[in-house]
Amino acid sequence: MRIMIGKIGEWFDRRLQLAAPIREAAEHPVPRNTASWFYVFGSAALTIFLLQLVTGILLALIYVPSAGEAWSSLQALNHQVTLGWFIRAMHGWGSNFMVAIVLIHMAQVFLFGAHKYPRELTWIVGVFLLLMTLGMAFTGQVLRFDQDAYWGLGIGASIASRVPIIGPFAVKLMLGGPIIAGATLSRFFALHVFVIPGLLIGFVCLHVLMVLKLGINEWPMPGRIVKRATYDAEYHALTKSEGAPFVPYAVWKDMFFAAFIILAIAACAYYFGPFGPTGQPDPTIIQTAPKPDYFFLWLYALLSLLPPSLETPFLLIVPPLVIIGLILLPFLSGEGEKSWKRRPIAVVTVLMIAITLGTFTRMAQFTPWSPHMNAWSGDPVPDRYIHGTTAVERQGALVFQVKQCRNCHSIGNTGGQRGPDLDSVAVRLTRDQLIRQVIQGGGNMPAYGNNLSPAETTALVAFLETLHPATQSPARDAARDLVLSESKPKSATQP
Amino acid sequence: MTTKPVIAPSTEDTLSRRGFFMKLGILFNGFAAMVLAVPVVGFLLSSVTRGRANGYLSWVPLGRIDEFPEGETRLATFRNPNVMPTDGKTVDTACWVRRVAGEKFQVFAINCAHLGCPVRWFPQSGLFMCPCHGGAYYRDGARASGPPERGLFEYPYKVENGLVTIQAGELPTPGAAIASLTGEKPPCAS
Repeated sequence: MRIMIGKIGEWFDRRLQLAAPIREAAEHPVPRNTASWFYVFGSAALTIFLLQLVTGILLALIYVPSAGEAWSSLQALNHQVTLGWFIRAMHGWGSNFMVAIVLIHMAQVFLFGAHKYPRELTWIVGVFLLLMTLGMAFTGQVLRFDQDAYWGLGIGASIASRVPIIGPFAVKLMLGGPIIAGATLSRFFALHVFVIPGLLIGFVCLHVLMVLKLGINEWPMPGRIVKRATYDAEYHALTKSEGAPFVPYAVWKDMFFAAFIILAIAACAYYFGPFGPTGQPDPTIIQTAPKPDYFFLWLYALLSLLPPSLETPFLLIVPPLVIIGLILLPFLSGEGEKSWKRRPIAVVTVLMIAITLGTFTRMAQFTPWSPHMNAWSGDPVPDRYIHGTTAVERQGALVFQVKQCRNCHSIGNTGGQRGPDLDSVAVRLTRDQLIRQVIQGGGNMPAYGNNLSPAETTALVAFLETLHPATQSPARDAARDLVLSESKPKSATQP
Repeated sequence: MTTKPVIAPSTEDTLSRRGFFMKLGILFNGFAAMVLAVPVVGFLLSSVTRGRANGYLSWVPLGRIDEFPEGETRLATFRNPNVMPTDGKTVDTACWVRRVAGEKFQVFAINCAHLGCPVRWFPQSGLFMCPCHGGAYYRDGARASGPPERGLFEYPYKVENGLVTIQAGELPTPGAAIASLTGEKPPCAS
């Protein structure tokens, strides 16, 4: 049997002549200390990419890229097709893991100085791979053609439209027409299934080829300086003196981690199930609060928190700058120290980016900037705020509820967080300030002057004046007290 | 360093028959590529070129005038004028119709002027609110608060034979022509 297999193998290799180069690639010497658990993320990303290819093809067996039928074909996958839900869940969780692993891989190679000479191009190709991964994430979210996808496309179109001069054309090019419709989904399908994966396969091959040709980045030692003139000889000497064949010396860790990642994705898929689809992509259903998938949540938060005047410049200038910066990075710091122990700015930069993205992502899960659309009808004013109040104050509580103040303001920890919570507003603002704020708005608050009768305003402010902790007295205008006290004797003299 | 490299005998000086045909072949393929490029680019850009001539906009009916009580703002839906067979429900679009008085209307796009999320009308407080990033607008569409830089988009409208019709067909986006084409701009956007 073994002889038979050997003979068949020989027959093929006589014609393909691939065995020798494959063996050479597999057994090429790598520095011993690169056989580390820190070096497994690249191969893990490749593994997930293959998983996405397989699950993606499986989904395409059922999925219909038509605006009229995509949503119901996803429902069929979830509920009718045997294990369709699991394949969808694997693909969805695979995408989440993919983005995460690619980012971890990127941080790791940066901290290990792998972008320096002679691996500049490997890094640049990697930057493009990151962009394509994000492109796959966004287009994939669109293919899950539900309410989030529909309005997410609207957000994408609105951002594209802000590019000077070509903006409106870019929108029509992106949507494949004047509105989000059938042509839009079809072109995102083409991007997600043909164009970007094709580019990805090419770039991944290039990326891996360069890793093989140039050798894996050695473990960075503090004080071992990279110089263009001497690096190649030094690296060669290193692989000779303390090198070991990649297979099997280092590869077993990659294999273990790859299997672990696949199992982790499968576990998430099994326990948490597929993502959506949420409501139908029917633009006449407007009771929806669209949200992007987790890898774009930070952007969602940023778009809410940036000052309005900064938003367009930020959106149009910063992403190109970041991309250019990433591409230029290996040219700006192509030599020198590789070790993170001697590169404090690199470490701080990675930490800053991670903390910023993490914070924005976390905030986007709460969306404190969004009005709580149902608070006015869903969350009544708690009893204790009305206990022992006068008739006018109670009337004010009613106005407070009915005029949707609680969509943006919380009391008793329920309600929106767009504006400040009002549990102790009377301590902060005097009566006159309350009246002015309600009628004229200001800060980030709309003016309610046109929507409140004088009686309603009086009642509302009377209620707001009761909102202070028992231990703190409400704010008062000292000047006003003075004026009143001066006028008192006069009024006393009057009959 | 100063020694000149030896120049190989150039084939350009002595153009051989093969060399000539090779060049002709490249030229011929270049011509074929150009012939192919015209329809390919034309096809790819078709959605843009049609929009340039406002070929997407047409007048669509919203409903009879008496469906919109004076002084109130109601949700109306219309069918996009350009329908493709695979569009499904996406061609149905919602908009907010405010009948100011008599035949004076304001028809607002459902899309927030910030990033296009669907705004909701709250008659009690007289505000349009956006669920995404917290934009708010007054009853006349003017910006009240939040990230939008302008008021709500308005569709041009007319009332004919008791029928309210609007000129629609394009997704209103902050940079799009339809935004500048419609109605008066809010006072902040001078």
